[in-house]
Amino acid sequence: MQQSEFINLVMPFKDKLYRLAKRLLVSKEEAEDATQEVLLKLWAKNENMGQFRSVEAFAMTMTKNFCLDRLKSKQAGNLKLVHSNYRDENTSLQKQLEAEDSVSWIEKIMDELPEQQKMVMQLRDVEDYDYDEISEMLDMKPTAVRVTLSRARKTVREKLMQKHSYGIG
Amino acid sequence: MESVKKIEKLLEKYFEATTTVEDEKRLRAYFTQEDVAAHLAQYKPMFNYFSNAKEETFTKLETLSEPVKPRIRYIYRWVSVAAAVVLAFGVYFGNEYRIQKEVERAQAEYAYQETKKALNLLAENFGRGTEKVAYLNEFEIAKQKMYKNN
Repeated sequence: MQQSEFINLVMPFKDKLYRLAKRLLVSKEEAEDATQEVLLKLWAKNENMGQFRSVEAFAMTMTKNFCLDRLKSKQAGNLKLVHSNYRDENTSLQKQLEAEDSVSWIEKIMDELPEQQKMVMQLRDVEDYDYDEISEMLDMKPTAVRVTLSRARKTVREKLMQKHSYGIG
Repeated sequence: MESVKKIEKLLEKYFEATTTVEDEKRLRAYFTQEDVAAHLAQYKPMFNYFSNAKEETFTKLETLSEPVKPRIRYIYRWVSVAAAVVLAFGVYFGNEYRIQKEVERAQAEYAYQETKKALNLLAENFGRGTEKVAYLNEFEIAKQKMYKNN
């Protein structure tokens, strides 16, 4: 496969990989590095690309695994992920409406979810994948995907309600 | 335009994760518009966030057109680590080697002295040995004398 072909192939879903990576790793830089790595790995596998039923699903699974490994090694090394994304958002948000502000709450609430819930919610609510695709990507049973998703959505709702009743969180 | 009743129903299903992708698109569409029923407004940020999150893009793809670049960065990182390791090993083992050499030399010296001592001892005992043999000779003479007398 030629490089241009490869780029055309990954073009439609590279953003999805990046967003999943960012959901898990939080840091923009880390997510960029992770996406880069995954794309390189995918490029290295390019000869047997034809074997995969869906390159996109495969790439998603790779991203998931890569990020989880990354998180694990960070934890083992007792290092905190360094990210400066929060502050940037806040300064710009000060000028924005309160409604917009609570949008960023959702991001923070989602950061607090367990990884599995984060991923399912990201893939479903942001990326609109159907349950079968998600269960393939995350190597979960479709029923488990539904349960996890429902749990995640309810948690987000609950925390959002809390913030609303307490005022600014 | 969706009726509020319908949206309420969809929301209920949404939290049970029994909605279809189309249902969820409808929910998102409803919440992104301006007039949302007051009691549902609390869900607005949630669905707006999902729509916003979708906008984020991976902008670093230009490096993919030359996939060597990031590799090199990683390689440099590792090369510096490797160099530091080699240096540390070098210092550690270099020192060890020097000490080992010194010990070896001392041992060689010691062995030499010991050998010299042993050889001296041997030489000395050789001298003493011949003296003793001289005594034996005396014995022989006596024996010869006895033979003659018989």
